[in-house]
Amino acid sequence: MNGATLFGLVAAALVGVGLYGLIVNPQPLRKILAFNVIGSGVFLLFGVIARRGAAAGLGGDPVPQALLITGIVVAFSATAIAVTVLLRLFEETGTTTLASEVPPPAAGPGPSRDQAGE
Amino acid sequence: MIVDAFYAAPALLILALGFYSTIVRDTFSATIGFIAYGLLLTVAWVQLHGVDVALTEAAIGGGLTGLLLVRASARLRPTEALARAEAPGGAVRLLAGLMAGGVFVVLAIAVLSLPDPAPTLAPQAAEHMAATGVGNPITAVLLAYRSMDTMLEAIVLLLALIGVWSLAPDRVWGGRPGPRYNADPEGILAFIARVLPPVGIIVGIYIFWIGADHPGGKFQGATIVAAMWLLAMMAGLADAPPINRRWLRILLVAGPAVFVAVGVAGTLTAGAFLGYPDGWAKPLILVIEFALMPSLALTLGLIMSGAPERPAAP
Repeated sequence: MNGATLFGLVAAALVGVGLYGLIVNPQPLRKILAFNVIGSGVFLLFGVIARRGAAAGLGGDPVPQALLITGIVVAFSATAIAVTVLLRLFEETGTTTLASEVPPPAAGPGPSRDQAGE
Repeated sequence: MIVDAFYAAPALLILALGFYSTIVRDTFSATIGFIAYGLLLTVAWVQLHGVDVALTEAAIGGGLTGLLLVRASARLRPTEALARAEAPGGAVRLLAGLMAGGVFVVLAIAVLSLPDPAPTLAPQAAEHMAATGVGNPITAVLLAYRSMDTMLEAIVLLLALIGVWSLAPDRVWGGRPGPRYNADPEGILAFIARVLPPVGIIVGIYIFWIGADHPGGKFQGATIVAAMWLLAMMAGLADAPPINRRWLRILLVAGPAVFVAVGVAGTLTAGAFLGYPDGWAKPLILVIEFALMPSLALTLGLIMSGAPERPAAP
């Protein structure tokens, strides 16, 4: 097995690991993180395909590599919005739960309630 | 076999850290693991001969995304205890594991049956590189062959910033993003925030400038410059500007606007949107890069600072 194939298998495993984390972690922040693990697995797989396309004296096919740079930046943009939405949710409700039955708010909204209860 | 070990060691570490970040109990530990994971991925990228991608992964994938997650996990710490009670039971875990395993097996089969010889556009990319005047084939793709992607990417970043800002509560709209950091002015953070930026800004500009002919480019360079700004902000030496300032908004839009203007000029002079007339490719690419770099650094720094949280007046 050559190095590119090995990284291809790692990429496949990362997609699986990220998917598992996306499902079993209840915290939204962990889901965002797991989604980024899936994303990096997909990027790595694409990078393996770029490496296999090495030709004309280049170490890899530059077209997928350039698309990867664009992809990483767009993934960052999406993550930034997701994290900001999450922080605003916490600011407004004092909780970030995704459970369908939201626990009734205690004394009042805002993060102070949870901090006091810690 | 020695060569195999060079591939196998980072591959196993990446897998282990990816797994750790996913299953570790504490969210803060998970985010720290994710930063290490992103940095190790850069080793994989170098081994896959994608040095430009490695720089982007280190700067944006591991660095900025990691910092975003670490800071959010610190703020969301009070929700941890409640969230743990919501952890799904064994049956859900088993089914999720089976599904993840299935996805892995299908992808692994796909990896092992990739066509040989692999399809590639490298010869075409290399063939026309002389016409673009740049020596780095990835820059040629980003700013000549597929410059539409890069233009939209810069606009996506701007849209992300608008998205982040629009999450501000009404009472602080137009105010300063994020909390005001108060670090010990005699402390190590304030010291580093004074010593590192001069070096970091030079490195950032160098990576930006060298990107025409060698691995590097405006996104990677802009990230380093933005990181220096963030460092100064977190050490309390600088403060984020209020988002309702006109100069700020003009600077943010200037880079993408120049890109669009060059594209529209292309329809008149070269017969296609984003076309470059003969012999003008390199100067126009430089104009776009120089215009984009400050806008990108500012956009990245402000996205990282988050939604406005304080009124504009101090």
